[in-house]
Amino acid sequence: MITVKINGFEVKVEKDTTILEAANKIGIKIPTFCHDPRLRPHGSCRICTVEVKGGRNLPTACTTPVFEGMEVETESEGVVEARKEILDLLLANHPLDCLTCQQAGRCALQDLCFQYDVKESSYGGAKKEFEIDNSNPFYYSDQNKCILCGKCVYVCSQLQCTDAIGFAERGFPTHIATPFNQGLEESTCVSCGNCVSVCPVGALVPKSKEKFRYWETSPVRTTCSYCGVGCQMDLLVKDNKIVEIQPAMGPSNEGLLCVKGKFAYNFIGHPDRLKAPLIRKNGKLEEGTWEEAYELISSKIAEAKETLGPNSVAGLSSARCTTEENYLLQKLMRAVVGTNNVDHCARL
Amino acid sequence: MTNSIREVKKADAIFLTGSNTTENHPVIGAQIKQALKKGTKLIVADPREIELAKYADVFLKIKPGTSIALSNAMMNVIIEEGLQDKEYINEKTENFEETAKLVEGYTPEKVAEVCGVDPEDIRRAARIYAQAERGSIVYCMGITQHHNGTENVMSLSNLALLTGNLGREGTGVNPLRGQNNVQGACDMGALPNVYPGYQPVTKAEVVEKFEKAWGVDLSKEVGLTIPEIMHGAEHGDIKVLYIMGENPMVSDPDTAHVEKALKKTFLVVQDIFLTETAELADVVLPAAAFAEKDGTFVNSERRVQKIRKAVNAPGVAKADWVILMELMNKLGYNKEYNNPSEIFEEIRMVTPQYAGITYDRIDAVGIQWPCPTEDHPGTKILHQERCGRGVGLFMPVSYSPSGELSDEEYPLVMTTGRVLYQYHTRTMTGKTEGLNQKAPESYVEIHPKLAEELGINDGERVKVASRRGAIETKAKITDIVSEKVVFIPFHWAEGAANVLTNGSVLDKYSKIPELKVCGVKIEKLA
Repeated sequence: MITVKINGFEVKVEKDTTILEAANKIGIKIPTFCHDPRLRPHGSCRICTVEVKGGRNLPTACTTPVFEGMEVETESEGVVEARKEILDLLLANHPLDCLTCQQAGRCALQDLCFQYDVKESSYGGAKKEFEIDNSNPFYYSDQNKCILCGKCVYVCSQLQCTDAIGFAERGFPTHIATPFNQGLEESTCVSCGNCVSVCPVGALVPKSKEKFRYWETSPVRTTCSYCGVGCQMDLLVKDNKIVEIQPAMGPSNEGLLCVKGKFAYNFIGHPDRLKAPLIRKNGKLEEGTWEEAYELISSKIAEAKETLGPNSVAGLSSARCTTEENYLLQKLMRAVVGTNNVDHCARL
Repeated sequence: MTNSIREVKKADAIFLTGSNTTENHPVIGAQIKQALKKGTKLIVADPREIELAKYADVFLKIKPGTSIALSNAMMNVIIEEGLQDKEYINEKTENFEETAKLVEGYTPEKVAEVCGVDPEDIRRAARIYAQAERGSIVYCMGITQHHNGTENVMSLSNLALLTGNLGREGTGVNPLRGQNNVQGACDMGALPNVYPGYQPVTKAEVVEKFEKAWGVDLSKEVGLTIPEIMHGAEHGDIKVLYIMGENPMVSDPDTAHVEKALKKTFLVVQDIFLTETAELADVVLPAAAFAEKDGTFVNSERRVQKIRKAVNAPGVAKADWVILMELMNKLGYNKEYNNPSEIFEEIRMVTPQYAGITYDRIDAVGIQWPCPTEDHPGTKILHQERCGRGVGLFMPVSYSPSGELSDEEYPLVMTTGRVLYQYHTRTMTGKTEGLNQKAPESYVEIHPKLAEELGINDGERVKVASRRGAIETKAKITDIVSEKVVFIPFHWAEGAANVLTNGSVLDKYSKIPELKVCGVKIEKLA
């Protein structure tokens, strides 16, 4: 174990731990744009710059391993000055349209400018003028807002392993693009949205059908209802509507989702949903009450039991419903109707 | 799964068969690709050149329904070359000799012909799997939906036993569950032969236990499986059929037969949409979607995880558990549950594998069963010290051709599956515009040579017919499939693959229909 001091607090950590990880361990927050614990650290955004006693420059906390006796300051005057300068440079070509930007409220750039009182850039000069790539049905790419942290590229290449996007060009016009700039729709992109979920700014944004602000939403942690991977995710809810889904760090998905888990949620509040019991009358399904429906079902079950016995009734349970509901359906068939005629779609 | 999902990243070799993972379990597909980047070797055996086949060290483009022949041939090579784990076989298994004798006849040369692959590729695949320190078998419905689906699984289990690839991290026999809670539904005994926790309905002490827990007399007679229920309904033996959250009009084989059966019974359908099946019902009950209720789903790795209510159900729709409880009471069984956690408490009492799991314990992170006591951490890997039954049992199984092979009238073999951008019968995904834009309609994959022979161009309308019926769909010309094999995804009710599939050939153990193989013919539409 190695002992280091961060902002005057001692912490013991394993060899090869980074300054960022050591700080996290004792609850000291160092700001980041490009860091993601699932990715190989690349230190490209520099915002996690810290001061190490005796050091000649300000190293990045996410890439620098600790050493015995290391003393770190995370918010010293020099560090704050450097961070302000980084933010100033980022703002130099960032559209300041936070009033209408969908990312407002979960934008790391906005948060850090607020934290370090950076209101506008002191640099004049060129602005980026990329066309928005609107070709994918689930999200769009606005490269004018990109801060080139690279997280989307590395999530796509190291975690999703689709390699659909990369850095294009060099210097000022550097941007995130698909090969030969053919656009997202023509690329190998599988619309998993894992790049969208990690984008710290408003460069990769889900196409939302609802107008909402992130601060108006509340997250509800749940399990995805599609395949059997059991991905964990947060439903963002505003006014009894799900407006977006964010992946969570579940044991089986480790922060990833697929196109269905991330984007295919609007069946939930869809106008075609069944809203009342339907009962067939004169050959047609008509709206009825719960009591009518229960009455009819129980009389039919009683009639079948009386004429042919309980084995003339069968129930198909559902791999789509909860464990508790599957338990109740088989209990209904076995304990109440009196038959083992219960099965579900595991075979199909 | 015997092992956990993230362990695919720990495997030195993965034998993937009958699973198009990147499309059907995309997040596991991504993890397999992460493993490959770190040097894990991959063997893929599938009738289609799926995405992962492109990255495989060995790709075996097998004819549909020939998996047992392949597994036996791989075992033949492993034994022939002395690559088996002798210590594991001696200490932890039984019935090896008989299996070894059976696979003697399955030489790579003979089997190569059956499967339509190169014998050298079979040898390479066998060596890669057997020589891996940790070898993981990953499979899905391409293995199970056959007349010998259960034996297919046994043959994979034999491979794992032969090489000692069980009970350790990064190994195992790992079926991927296609639906969010198919594991939970099985665990809860939504099966005709077992109570919750796989306790047989024919065992006197089990029946007694449940009679005591539920306070009623119970039947000791094994019930009917879905295909048998449909058959019974068609013949007037099933008078009332209660379907919760299923759409057999699209998902089950031989749609014409299913429709005939459903129309002959008093049909109750409980669902969130008016599905193709609900349209035939006598009573339709409106249910809450997963985001409108609390409860648990159990994933492929046996992990019991929470779902939570985020929004209200529309109109007077109710959670399925509420509907079932109210109906129980209506039928004279008095029992009130105030919330799903009270049902879960009852489940724990009667299901030994769940006994130690509580809602509190799984609030932040789910627990993998078996979890016998409240201080048990759950089980990441099954069969660790020894196999569940004591010793691992080799089950020698012979290859037998599929129930329905191609003949002169129906010269092609059709196989089915899912695509990335739709899910099952589209009840949910059909409501998302972007997905319909990506995958708008049914299609049939046809090899370029076959297309040329039949004079079919890419995108043209074609008629595909089997002994059950015929559909019109769109031709997609691709060499993903072999010359004599065609593939149709089964999602769409228009141009539905299951109009063609065979519901009459069932696996003798599990009664799973032979959905992955059926004889068809194709003609161009004028």
